[in-house]
Amino acid sequence: MTEDKKSLFIEGKEVEFTNEPNLLEVIRKAGMNVPTFCYRPDLTSFGACRMCVVEVEYPNGRKMINSSCTMPPEAGIKVKLNTEKTRRIRKTVLQLLLANHDRKCLTCERSGNCELQQYAEEYGITDIPYAEKDDFLPVDHSSPSIVRDANKCILCGACVRACSEYQHSVLGFANRGSKTLVQPMNGKPLANSECVNCGQCAAVCPTGALTINSQIEKVWKEITNPEKKVVVQFAPSVRVAIGEMFGLEPGVNSTEKINAALRAIGFDLVFDTNFSADLTIMEEAAEFVERVKSGKNLPLFTSCCPAWVRYLELEHPDMKEHLSTCKSPQGMMGAIIREYVPKYYEDITPENLVSVSIMPCTAKKYEATREQFKMENGKQEIDYVLTTQELGKMIKSAGIDFKNIEGQPADTPFGKYTGAGTIFGVSGGVAEAAARTAYNMVTGEELKDVVINDMRGTHRVKTVELDLKGTKIKVKIVNTLKEAEKCLREIKEGKADYQLLEVMACPGGCINGGGQPLSHNDSNIKEERAQGLYTDDATGQWRKSHENPEIIDLYKNHLEKPNSHKAHELLHTSYSDKRKDCYISAGE
Amino acid sequence: MSGSNTAIDFRAIDKILEKYEYKKSYLIAMLQAVQEIYKYLPEDAMTYIGEKVDELSPATVYGVATFYAQFSLEPKGKYEIKVCDGTACHVRGSMPVLNAIRNKLDLKEGKLTSDDGLFSLETVSCLGACGLAPVVMINDKVHPQMTSDAISIILDTLLSEERGQ
Repeated sequence: MTEDKKSLFIEGKEVEFTNEPNLLEVIRKAGMNVPTFCYRPDLTSFGACRMCVVEVEYPNGRKMINSSCTMPPEAGIKVKLNTEKTRRIRKTVLQLLLANHDRKCLTCERSGNCELQQYAEEYGITDIPYAEKDDFLPVDHSSPSIVRDANKCILCGACVRACSEYQHSVLGFANRGSKTLVQPMNGKPLANSECVNCGQCAAVCPTGALTINSQIEKVWKEITNPEKKVVVQFAPSVRVAIGEMFGLEPGVNSTEKINAALRAIGFDLVFDTNFSADLTIMEEAAEFVERVKSGKNLPLFTSCCPAWVRYLELEHPDMKEHLSTCKSPQGMMGAIIREYVPKYYEDITPENLVSVSIMPCTAKKYEATREQFKMENGKQEIDYVLTTQELGKMIKSAGIDFKNIEGQPADTPFGKYTGAGTIFGVSGGVAEAAARTAYNMVTGEELKDVVINDMRGTHRVKTVELDLKGTKIKVKIVNTLKEAEKCLREIKEGKADYQLLEVMACPGGCINGGGQPLSHNDSNIKEERAQGLYTDDATGQWRKSHENPEIIDLYKNHLEKPNSHKAHELLHTSYSDKRKDCYISAGE
Repeated sequence: MSGSNTAIDFRAIDKILEKYEYKKSYLIAMLQAVQEIYKYLPEDAMTYIGEKVDELSPATVYGVATFYAQFSLEPKGKYEIKVCDGTACHVRGSMPVLNAIRNKLDLKEGKLTSDDGLFSLETVSCLGACGLAPVVMINDKVHPQMTSDAISIILDTLLSEERGQ
């Protein structure tokens, strides 16, 4: 046996391991599993819940119980997963957690996909020998994106780690012992906190303590109202993830199935946010070329990620001039639907039009409520935002056989898209799409090799140099706000040599957004979703935003050219200093 | 936005942060220095530290402040009353003394500071004066062998002094 290839024994079976960070990963690699609440492969190990305990026997005969998520694998050890002792420990943990838990499971948002519920069932917890608590803490419904219910928190700390390792530690542990709580500073409502609504806390929460603020019932009410015409758009990343809720593999492209399912639910018109991603590229590439020429407010920051935009408005309002003035694809489609759908469809009027979007993202719910997206009549351009998870629930409740539904195309004239639009969903995709069109704008020629491999991959930081026939451009691509913060400091210190900064707040980009189907214990799922988008790009009819025939028509018939007066009116937005609205401005 | 009614001198907090080089490993020392000034930790001061020090956030500072019993998040009264509830004081009747103080100052369960801001009350685990049990400290003065009646008289004296002023 070589030095870097060692082995241990799991349930009598010899298993090789190399650089797995902990025993739990070795167990999973061997095709076995143990339960856990607090272990999340993309976050640091915490060892809080004690569900993953295993019995370990060392070569010298010493035996011990250890949590497999915090124990490094050692050569020669014999590991037993399900002994009388480990099962007893897990059962006790479950009973104690349930003793302190709000047991109103039937009406819980996470009923059916709650890990506590699942393990309680798997471990045959039919009886909790402790009295149910009767003092409940208030539930925080303040945020448009996230609901926080401390009564369902099991203190596994996954959300606290996600918030600190990806973003900027809005959630923290407070108090100690039996009074411990997970909350923002002094229990402030999330809406008034510095939370950017990314939803990664809810994505890692094993229970119903942090959930998505659902708008499903409001949307059903509009759909079932015969007076209303409900127009829907759905984002790039939704198509490669929703299938997971119906037994399809992650990354399978369900664009046409989604079109069909949305119509079956009762939406009147189905448009594709990929179309407006193409539109975003037209505007943003033009803006970028303009800024490079003038040299002002460089690097240009992408503005598609509402969590990132809010972060900048809160933490660095002095840098908001760097942000692209382009609305996000959701925002652009929202404006286009309001402006043009009543012109193309005579049964739809500004009064009966309801605009819904389906996003992989909880922050998009917040984005839709921004004051910049308020119309003259006081209503918001986009009425409701649903996440991929919520759409999955609607499809289920409508009794649609998603797996077997026959695909349909989207509606015209905002339903066609290019590969550039579809890769918006993955970190690096916006920059890659922009490069394809910027090349054309700068050189007047078409880029031949459209795939820029250095921009691909879900890792956190990528730096790419491009040569637009003599015009040298440097692009930095980061995901998570923790990495974005480092870039902002670089820029403030004058150390940044790039002209474009692409930021997505979620690790890997929108494909791993806070509204996507839950994938707690499999960090490969986001890679497969990313691959799904890249395949969609490679197999589509067009790969550059400026080749999209409907985009060409939109400019020809209505908008004239990118960054025209009309385009600015509809497709661009402004940013404001949000710091003073939040307690973080204390002392300023 | 202000989260508490104490006016905070943020320049004084800046000095504390400078002294500790804005390092998060000195957080407890920073909080102690803030508490030295205000006798408690005003919310805005915790937020300010969370924003100014790298790798800290308001929520993480609050987490540390609420973890340790040495930090108070409520303003302290002019007279800080500490009732010893160590083993010796407890068996010699510190609880009746504590209850007498609560009744006298109208401090219901959980409330630490009287409405007039004169008195704040806490229990401590041992003052190291077990021979004098039960012991009550009011600010820096130790009152030995307390009873409910004795503490009532002491509080009455303080109250009448306050009224006389």
